[in-house]
Amino acid sequence: MCPEQIIELMHEYLDDEITPEQEQVLREHLLSCKECESLFNELKKTVAFVKSISTMQAPDNFTANVLSRLPKEKRRIWMQRWMKNHPLLAAASLFFILMMGSLFSTWNQDKDFSVSKQKNLVVRNNTVIVPKGETVKGDVIVRNGNLDIEGEVQGDVTVINGEKYLASAGHVTGQIDEVNEVFDWIWYHIKKTSQDVVQIFGDQPETK
Amino acid sequence: MDAIVKKRIKQVIKGDQDAFGEIVEIYKNSIYQLCFRMLGNRHEAEDMAQEAFIRAYVNIKSFNQDLKFSTWLFRIATNLCIDRMRKKKPDYYLDAEVAGAEGLTMYSQIPSNTPLPESELESLQLQEAVQKEILKLPDKYRTAIVLKYMEELSLNEISEILDLPLGTVKTRIHRGREALRQQLRYV
Repeated sequence: MCPEQIIELMHEYLDDEITPEQEQVLREHLLSCKECESLFNELKKTVAFVKSISTMQAPDNFTANVLSRLPKEKRRIWMQRWMKNHPLLAAASLFFILMMGSLFSTWNQDKDFSVSKQKNLVVRNNTVIVPKGETVKGDVIVRNGNLDIEGEVQGDVTVINGEKYLASAGHVTGQIDEVNEVFDWIWYHIKKTSQDVVQIFGDQPETK
Repeated sequence: MDAIVKKRIKQVIKGDQDAFGEIVEIYKNSIYQLCFRMLGNRHEAEDMAQEAFIRAYVNIKSFNQDLKFSTWLFRIATNLCIDRMRKKKPDYYLDAEVAGAEGLTMYSQIPSNTPLPESELESLQLQEAVQKEILKLPDKYRTAIVLKYMEELSLNEISEILDLPLGTVKTRIHRGREALRQQLRYV
């Protein structure tokens, strides 16, 4: 029976951890000992067999199955990826948000009542009155208030975010504009479009 | 590749599941193979491999990014398989035909109308025989042998994965090798 130490050397050899001197010892022994030689060959064959088992492929859809079992992804990450994948849409929506923001702020800013300065205009409770029989020269602009025209205005009349009453005796030589209606109209359309956009945004995750 | 994995892990920590998908793609074959060689059953292997990835995802924050990700992942998968092997021990022997049944699925994967070339049949039988013998090894030898020869990992990596001293790993591989030799010498 060969020394246990030789078998140990065989394993060292198979582990690639044998030193040149040890390998020398092993080789010399193998030359002189048939029993050890066949054992060594069997070990090498075993290793070759084990290594020869073909490498395995994971089943189809493995990755998809793993991902479907993961806990839900954070919404922030989803947003980031969406923006990366749709840079144009992201830029467009960013622009839209900014635009809407500025619209909002201008809408909210001029809440204060103001009127252009003409000496014979009478102001009473946010209502500007062009008194009967008086003639106002120049353009009259009223913000956030009403205009009651009983006399004559020689120029344009603009009422922003308010109403004007033109009495039967009143007279305006220039154009009369009521901006609030236009604003309402624009506003209505902005709201409508933005609602549609929000709906598109909202639908996205379900179709994904 | 390690650099890519590191980058992906950072993204995963932020919660990016697509990045995790890429990590799964990189390691799925080795992890699946590890589980299959340990458990000897495709269905169970897939289940365990998936579980290993899910645990890695859930616990990614506890992964020390200075270490090798594969080592950590292998450790998760190995521990899961060892647990599973211990749990199914009682019915393991009743289940002795598992390796044979696997052969059936392997045959069924080959188109039935083309006759199997003899050499291929032989190698298939050899593969089966080897797999069967590996499955007969005691858990601790099997684990070491699979990591060493199927996954081609270094002894140092194996010792890290199994959290065992290098000497112990060596001994287990030697014993496993010796046991396999005795079974496979006449093949």
